[in-house]
Amino acid sequence: MIKIKNLHKKFGKLTVLDGLDLEIGHGGIFAILGPNGSGKTTLIKCLLGMVIPNKGEIEYQGKNVLKEWDYRNNLNYLPQIANFPANLSVIELIKMVKNLRPKQANEQHLIELFGLQPFLNKKLGNLSGGTKQKVNIVLTFMFDSDLIILDEPTTGLDPIALIYLKELIQKERYKGKTILITTHIMSVVEELADEIVFLLDGKIYFKGSVPKLKEQTHQENLERAIAKLISKQYHKETV
Amino acid sequence: MLKILKYSIFDLLRSRWSYVYFVFYLILGFVLFFLNNDVNKAIITLMNIIIVLTPLIGTIFGVMYYYNSKEFTELLLAQPIKRSKIFMGQYLGVSLSLTLSLVLGIGIPFVLYGLFKSASIFDFGLLIVVGAFLNFIFVALAYNIALSNENKIKGFGYAILMWLFLAVVYDGIFMILAIKFKEYPLDKFALGAMMFNPIDLSRTLILLKLDISALLGYTGAVFKQFFGTSKGLIISLLILCLWVLFPLFRMRQKLLKKDF
Amino acid sequence: MKNFLFFFFISLTFFAQTKTITVCPSCTIKTIKKGVLSANDGDTVLVKKGVYKEHLIQLSKSIAIVGENYPIIDALGNKESIFAIKADNFSISGFKFINVGMSFTKEIAGIFVTNSKNFVLENNIFQDDFYAFIIQSSKYGVIKDNKITGHAVNETSSGNGVHVWKSSHIRIEGNTISGMRDGIYLEFVQKSHIFNNTSKNNVRYGLHFMFSHHNEYYQNEFKKNGAGVAVMFSKHIKMHNNTFHFNWGTASYGLLLKEINDADIFDNIFEQNTIGINIDGCNRIHYKNNHFIRNGWALKFTGGCYSNVFEFNNFMHNAFDLSYNSRLNNNKFEANYWSEYTGYDLNKDGIGDVPFRPVKLFSYVVNQTPETLVLLRSLFVDIINFSEKVSPVFTPDNLKDNTPLMNPVNPIE
Repeated sequence: MIKIKNLHKKFGKLTVLDGLDLEIGHGGIFAILGPNGSGKTTLIKCLLGMVIPNKGEIEYQGKNVLKEWDYRNNLNYLPQIANFPANLSVIELIKMVKNLRPKQANEQHLIELFGLQPFLNKKLGNLSGGTKQKVNIVLTFMFDSDLIILDEPTTGLDPIALIYLKELIQKERYKGKTILITTHIMSVVEELADEIVFLLDGKIYFKGSVPKLKEQTHQENLERAIAKLISKQYHKETV
Repeated sequence: MLKILKYSIFDLLRSRWSYVYFVFYLILGFVLFFLNNDVNKAIITLMNIIIVLTPLIGTIFGVMYYYNSKEFTELLLAQPIKRSKIFMGQYLGVSLSLTLSLVLGIGIPFVLYGLFKSASIFDFGLLIVVGAFLNFIFVALAYNIALSNENKIKGFGYAILMWLFLAVVYDGIFMILAIKFKEYPLDKFALGAMMFNPIDLSRTLILLKLDISALLGYTGAVFKQFFGTSKGLIISLLILCLWVLFPLFRMRQKLLKKDF
Repeated sequence: MKNFLFFFFISLTFFAQTKTITVCPSCTIKTIKKGVLSANDGDTVLVKKGVYKEHLIQLSKSIAIVGENYPIIDALGNKESIFAIKADNFSISGFKFINVGMSFTKEIAGIFVTNSKNFVLENNIFQDDFYAFIIQSSKYGVIKDNKITGHAVNETSSGNGVHVWKSSHIRIEGNTISGMRDGIYLEFVQKSHIFNNTSKNNVRYGLHFMFSHHNEYYQNEFKKNGAGVAVMFSKHIKMHNNTFHFNWGTASYGLLLKEINDADIFDNIFEQNTIGINIDGCNRIHYKNNHFIRNGWALKFTGGCYSNVFEFNNFMHNAFDLSYNSRLNNNKFEANYWSEYTGYDLNKDGIGDVPFRPVKLFSYVVNQTPETLVLLRSLFVDIINFSEKVSPVFTPDNLKDNTPLMNPVNPIE
């Protein structure tokens, strides 16, 4: 479904992606992990066309995505920080995003699921961080697309909303969608991820299932396994 | 693009600042037309204010809108819309809503004063055209600065500096150079210098209407041709258009490489 | 003037027993020349409608030549005047004079009058003539309600509308003159009145006079002339209620005053001229109740000027109210209205409490470097003008109006 070849990206002198190759197949949940600054968000943004790579190729559903824009109609993206125009109300924003995409939307049950009805006519500027994140989630899941990209989806959510979100993600997976998640919450990874993509030094350091990762690192616990992967970087830097 | 434009305007029309700006011009218009009955004076004062203030407000609004809607822009960038269309939409939204504030703010007192029957309608028209041009030019310049500076404070700083330079410092430098090289024929230089600054260019355009009698007092043939015929008006308007198009072109180039 | 009318009247009654000679293309007398030849003093030559291809009609008799329905006298470009007159007590009215030829060496006119007195030239039309009227060494003449139009292109190949030389007691009244070199030209003319004329679109001056003392000019309109109106080397002139407007150009003035002494300039309107009044070496002139509206420069002094008084004038929205490039001594600016004045009037007596300084720093800069004119009304210029206002360095300290008015004097409209 996604093919990334030899992707390079530098911000000034800082190399973030350094010849990254990645292939993601059809269906399943992929957790993109890595230490801070390892290029998770950059990778996602390259895929979305928000960051323009210095070198490399990205294909989505067999088509090159660089400098293109209409492929984005078949993917949903949940950004890390949700900040919306303060003067619009929730319902206006939803209508607007619907208006911008030539696609059937199904927002009603999502609004009910996250209990957003009382906020529909409130200005986005007056909402709390968690509520904004819920709106963000509604905007992401209301379209039916083959690929869903979630950048830190759990930020600011209360436990119940978190449960609903996880259910939502599972449901999408059973529909055969491909889902990319970045998160620092290991329990979410353990619970949801079919595969882990671990980024380090701008390359894919590890790609495989959770048990495979545990096996490879000789750890029982996912958190420790990840920590071990990261510690190699720390170790290396001190050398 | 039209959809983005629509939402940008919608968003701005709900912003307090659009109204502050509108009310400012409204009050200014009423004070000028109703508290002193001298229409000529009102138009000259309005011109002075529009020439200086419109670029400042355009710059500040442009920069502010860019930084404030950054996250929202990112949301849009993930939608199936072409990048340049998002920014063109926003740019046009800001420029148009500012122009709307200007047109209504000055237009209402003008209409109530009954000037649409008088000869001053042309002066009014020219003021509006120049004000609109300045809005479009300075919002575009502001967008350029904002796009090149991730740091909000830096962006604001550069934008204000740009305004200060074009509104005051540029003319000062020009005057010093002109005095220093006064032995040389300077008329081409003088006209050229005015073309390279959108504020001066707009001022020239208004001078063509208000102060033509003074401008024709200078002996240079180039001046005479420029100010004495419709050539001046046409050239000024064309270059003002270029002043809109050039920053937009640069904005487009910048957008092709910009990371969000 | 009264004397002159009286004489005229007496002379008319003296020749009461007179005849009328009719000239028309189908009459026995077919040319004006013959008509004039067969007339005696006191007769009237009545010319009916038609085209008369004549020139050099000599007149030395006291007769009235009257055109009916504007008969046309076509000079066909001949280099001779149509009427060459040396006579007293005559009148010519109701003709249309066309195609008087142009010459670089000779003055040729529709009506050329020399050494004459007591005459009336009225209601004639002049089209494309080199000169319309030339009056030399004459007195007690009236030139009234004539319409003179030309298509002058440049100064060298064109003549004047009304050209008066070395004469006195001439009345030039109600004429409309356009497209000539100078609309009205007077040299060595005294004790004359010029009023109710409109002089516009002439290539040089609307009104031009030199060495002409004790004259009065009033209620004339001078519009869009190449160089406006020039008044030079004359004494005791009265100019009032005239309008000078839209005289645009490098050397174009509403009014150019050069070496004028003891004149009164009252109640005139100077609107949208490049220079309202250009004052060069003029003394003891009293300027009162004039309106200066939207001129480039309302007043420009280019030579030493002494003891002039400016009072109760309105200076409205001129790019520069005042500019000078030599010493200004002993000139008084008092109780004028300046639209640029930003002072206050706490005791409400209509007089501003702080003086107004009409010379701005920027006008000083423009005098030095004319190209900086393009900075007119820019914020930078406002700033330097303001700083100069706060602490004058370049502008003379004594050049100011100590009692600026808060409201315009007799505002027009």
